[in-house]
Amino acid sequence: MDGGSALHITGSNGIGKSSLMRILAGLLRPYSGSVQRTGTVALLDENPALDPQLPLGKALQFWGRVDRCDDAGEIASVLDMDSLLDVPFRYLSTGQRKRAAFARLVNQGAPIWLLDEPLNGLDAEARKRITALIKLHCSDGGICVIASHQAMDLPDCETLPLEEYAL
Amino acid sequence: MIWQLLRRDLGLLLPGGKSGGTLLPLLFFLAVAMLYPFAVGPDAPLLARTGGGVIWIAALLASILPLDRLIAPDLELGVFDQLALRGISDEAVIAVRITAHWLSFAPLLLFSALPAAALLGLEDGSVRLVMLGLLAGTPGLAAIGVMIAALTASLRGGAALSGLMLIPLAVPILIFGAGSLARGDASGIALCAAISLVLVAIAPFAGGAALRAARET
Repeated sequence: MDGGSALHITGSNGIGKSSLMRILAGLLRPYSGSVQRTGTVALLDENPALDPQLPLGKALQFWGRVDRCDDAGEIASVLDMDSLLDVPFRYLSTGQRKRAAFARLVNQGAPIWLLDEPLNGLDAEARKRITALIKLHCSDGGICVIASHQAMDLPDCETLPLEEYAL
Repeated sequence: MIWQLLRRDLGLLLPGGKSGGTLLPLLFFLAVAMLYPFAVGPDAPLLARTGGGVIWIAALLASILPLDRLIAPDLELGVFDQLALRGISDEAVIAVRITAHWLSFAPLLLFSALPAAALLGLEDGSVRLVMLGLLAGTPGLAAIGVMIAALTASLRGGAALSGLMLIPLAVPILIFGAGSLARGDASGIALCAAISLVLVAIAPFAGGAALRAARET
């Protein structure tokens, strides 16, 4: 994949979409073959990696500091989360957690995004915002790999149906 | 980066505060020291002779209590995955966690060893040896604790298992740390410190390997 491109990995439950994402991220070793990539990679999966007992703002701040992101709070307003910054993460709903994890991912500033089911649990408005952010990332030259069984509203997105490669 | 990690780990493990751990291990430690005279009777010479050993056993048991909070919650949250993506080695993460774990229990343990020693009527010389021994031994206990917690984090029933696994590994520290009390000089403490150092040196690598293994299960 070149800069600016997006790939949508589809397939039924349990076919190995999430495992493939973890292999691409370098967290799992592939059974055979290898992964080659240049640039850092950011992963969004079902684990938010935000401290449940901390207020959302503080939890995001930790990753902001680790990633040396100066405007860690800015993304929160893009994702309509300003009013949630003082709420402990464990009180957030499924969709709000997903948005929070997405904010963490954006703040990382990595050129390669690996998104595992990014739209799960989101309402229509949040889905629109996140799709817009993905488009913006790709138009800035970033790469996006999305594993989802939901349809993605991305114009120049290639699709990789894993069923065709299943053993 | 390391400083940010240490700050977060201390926030998770230090007693008190919203996100902090509890004082329970320390209260447990003091409770053991308090109950011992009730169990063996108020014979002052006996208490003074055996009290140092009791403090050591109590410290060992107290260090087992926080084991299930050391690694497993962060593994479940995906924090270690995210740190690995950012190129921070698992060994560094574990080394920071050992430091934070030690800071969160050892200073307070040393502090509460004083009232415990007073409850048991230890003599001044023994108190000094107990304190020095605990100072030398607790880094090793912290290293074993984090290492075991990392090994058992992805297992079911890991909490009970980790306690069982910690005890045999802590035996050398106990033998030399508490053994110096019987001899009445500090030579055992030097050996205890040496074992502690070896454990602190090994633990990040063992713990890092355990995290990687947990990632593939």
